[in-house]
Amino acid sequence: MRAPLQGFLRWLDARLPLTRMIRQHLTHYYVPKNLNFWYVFGVLALVVLANQLVTGLWLTMSYTPTAEGAFASIEYIMRDVEYGWLIRYMHSTGASALFLVVYLHMFRSLLYGSYRAPRELVWIFGMALYLVLMAEAFMGYLLPWGQLSYWGAQVITSLFSAIPVIGADLAQWVRGDYLVSGVTLNRFFALHVIGLPIVIVALVMLHLVALHEVGSNNPDGIEIRSHTDEKGRPLDGIPFHPYYTVKDLVGVAIFLFVFAAVIFYFPEGGGHLLERPNFEPANPLVMPEHIAPVWYFTPFYAILRAITFGFLGLEAKFLGLVFMATAIALMFVLPWLDRSPVKSMRYKGWLSRLFLALFCLSFLALGVLGALPPTPLRTLAAQGCTVLYFAYFLLMPFYTRLERPKPVPNRVTIR
Amino acid sequence: MRRLLLTWIVVLLAWPLSAMAAGEAVLAHAMRPDVTDQASLQRGMQLFVNRCASCHSLEYQRFSRAAQDLGIPPDLMQAHLIFSPELTLDDTLKSTLAAEDGERWFGVAPPDLSLTARLRGTDWLYSFLLGFYRDPSGPLGVDNVVYPGVAMPNVLEPLQGVQARVCGTTTAPVSGVPRDSVTGRYRSCDLLELDQPGEMTPAEFEAAMFDLTNFLAYVAEPSRVQARALAPKVLAFIFLFGVIVYLLKRDYWKALR
Amino acid sequence: MTEPREGEGGANHSRRRFLIAATSIMGVVGAAGVATPFVAAWRPSARTRAAAAPVRVDISRLEPGQRLTVEWRGLPVWIISRTPEMLARTEAGEVSRLADPTSQRSRQPDYAAGELRSIRPEIGVLVGLCTHLGCSPLYRPEPEAAVTADWPGGFFCPCHGSYFDLAGRVYRNVPAPTNLDVPPYRFDGDDLIVGEDAEVA
Repeated sequence: MRAPLQGFLRWLDARLPLTRMIRQHLTHYYVPKNLNFWYVFGVLALVVLANQLVTGLWLTMSYTPTAEGAFASIEYIMRDVEYGWLIRYMHSTGASALFLVVYLHMFRSLLYGSYRAPRELVWIFGMALYLVLMAEAFMGYLLPWGQLSYWGAQVITSLFSAIPVIGADLAQWVRGDYLVSGVTLNRFFALHVIGLPIVIVALVMLHLVALHEVGSNNPDGIEIRSHTDEKGRPLDGIPFHPYYTVKDLVGVAIFLFVFAAVIFYFPEGGGHLLERPNFEPANPLVMPEHIAPVWYFTPFYAILRAITFGFLGLEAKFLGLVFMATAIALMFVLPWLDRSPVKSMRYKGWLSRLFLALFCLSFLALGVLGALPPTPLRTLAAQGCTVLYFAYFLLMPFYTRLERPKPVPNRVTIR
Repeated sequence: MRRLLLTWIVVLLAWPLSAMAAGEAVLAHAMRPDVTDQASLQRGMQLFVNRCASCHSLEYQRFSRAAQDLGIPPDLMQAHLIFSPELTLDDTLKSTLAAEDGERWFGVAPPDLSLTARLRGTDWLYSFLLGFYRDPSGPLGVDNVVYPGVAMPNVLEPLQGVQARVCGTTTAPVSGVPRDSVTGRYRSCDLLELDQPGEMTPAEFEAAMFDLTNFLAYVAEPSRVQARALAPKVLAFIFLFGVIVYLLKRDYWKALR
Repeated sequence: MTEPREGEGGANHSRRRFLIAATSIMGVVGAAGVATPFVAAWRPSARTRAAAAPVRVDISRLEPGQRLTVEWRGLPVWIISRTPEMLARTEAGEVSRLADPTSQRSRQPDYAAGELRSIRPEIGVLVGLCTHLGCSPLYRPEPEAAVTADWPGGFFCPCHGSYFDLAGRVYRNVPAPTNLDVPPYRFDGDDLIVGEDAEVA
């Protein structure tokens, strides 16, 4: 029984680097032994992405990508297709879950300096992934063709019109019509189900290959590869498989429990996962009373709205777009803004900790503000939070050099 | 330092959240739908087909699906709940009223009610159904506290009787009105008083409207019936899986300590 | 730390083997559970099943010898009015030339299991799809040598050359394995209802 199987594996290995890949990325991929729970979110992102790909594929089978049929086809999936409701809720809840775990994954990186050399490329692929995911989520959001889908797409595509000179033509080109219409729906559908997913899968592979080339960071922010045994294995490293596969499985089980509970009991997520106005078909003539993007976009939306003044001869509308784009673009250059001699927040000074705390709080506050209708007081608060958000990045080269870090241990510590 | 940070968190999060809660209009009545209460859903469906279905459609709800989920035998459904000879058990609850006629008679076509419970919420629906009052100034002689200027005649009047709108005080919170510190009550001019009794007592009518709202909540999301049935099994399985992989993880990691 | 990587460090082997087996079994069961909704989603939906409702056809004006095609569940269903001559020719046909003359291996309701495969001899109801690969055979009710020698009339499938008599029974030595299917049907006055079973007396 065993001999033929081994014979087949030998045959396969001569033609495909199967065993080599398993060794390189699982059984002989050495990971610091001191990783804490913050390190589970990368695997969770992969799990949710797989969920999105499979449920999305199945939804495509029963969905009608036309302005006339889209809304009714969602209800068809929800009612007439067997288990269609479950597949649809897995997808709609999965979108939010993906952003949640990605945000926590990114926070981990800020906390332990995972973006620092030699992992700049890992960070940049990750940021590119985040950007494409936002586009993917935005286009997917139009597909149910409800009121909020429609007006959300209307507002965001209008952003392009803020660009001087070419703006109006660009917005029209993106929509393929004078306003968002069935034409827009068709192209968003194509990009959502095939174009962007290919890019996302490719970027995930690059993100992982780049990571495995330099190895994982850890809460101490020190390189385990600088202390190896005589065979070249890191002394503070343990193989990914089985140690982290079993550890990640625990994380996956906890995540799935929460995820399933939301899907079965709170699929609307209190109006944050599925919003009430979206239970009415798109109507280009009547706008809902209050529209706001889904929660994972609201921090940037709040920055966009916070810019209510012109500056240097530029219109507020255009400046808002510039600030929003810069807020995301700054994250790409983060590895070169951090000048601290240490990576991890464990050994950075109190200035770094304060700025990170303020950044996270302002990001959360912007998220709440972006979901609310604007009032003068809220706009003021959003402006304050925007200043804190930008201060984290723009002042980083200074405060990371000003502060005095704590001494970094030679070997990883387990707490 | 830590206390300062905590204060920051509370201020930054609590203030906009409280603002969010204040933005919602307060409704006079609240209800909690219960899709497991088949008797209530059956009474609600009976009310719907008798009082609402001639004008309002449920274009996504099939009779056959309702028969299955509400525990109504198909032949009873066919005999007592399907009135139009053009409709069969497999059809959806389409009203016989053409949209153009509805527009001619009421100014607007009566909306489809398949998703209303999810669009406006069950509290709104329930308050709306209880919120009609006599208003001689309007073309239909009635108005609604929840939906001023409503274009629908009060078809429930024979059951409920006639309500009049009055000013007074109430224990239920009213949006935009401070609570009286002495009596603990709120002043409002949106209060309703029964002027002329109908076939039902007020308590009976409220129970009937609960059933009707409950039925519309079911119609808005029939999958909730299956979700409630499936959820405990799935969650129990994941929990058990979690326990086993946790033990396995501990077994592997024990050697590292 | 001495060689923790092999995972030996005093581990209880039977305990670990049990946990690995339990995890694997739950993983497989879980995967099957997750696959269930995706498999079920491919079954005909409620809309499809609603569209598959029985079809009522008025056959009072069906001329003798004529064929009427109606759609039931998307399938072409033939209603053939068989004249006495057609019935005589069918009954006189050589049974030895038929592959399944008594419809033992073919699909039809019990009330249509006789030689003529129908409730009333003069009305034949057949699913108009060849049991070979699903082509729709041609209606050739009259004897003609062009089809095959001693052709008593019936159906001829141009795709792969199968032929059937007027009761839908397949001949020997053609690709089609069984007789044409008979759908469930019943009579209601002048109407014929395809898709509903006749009351079994």
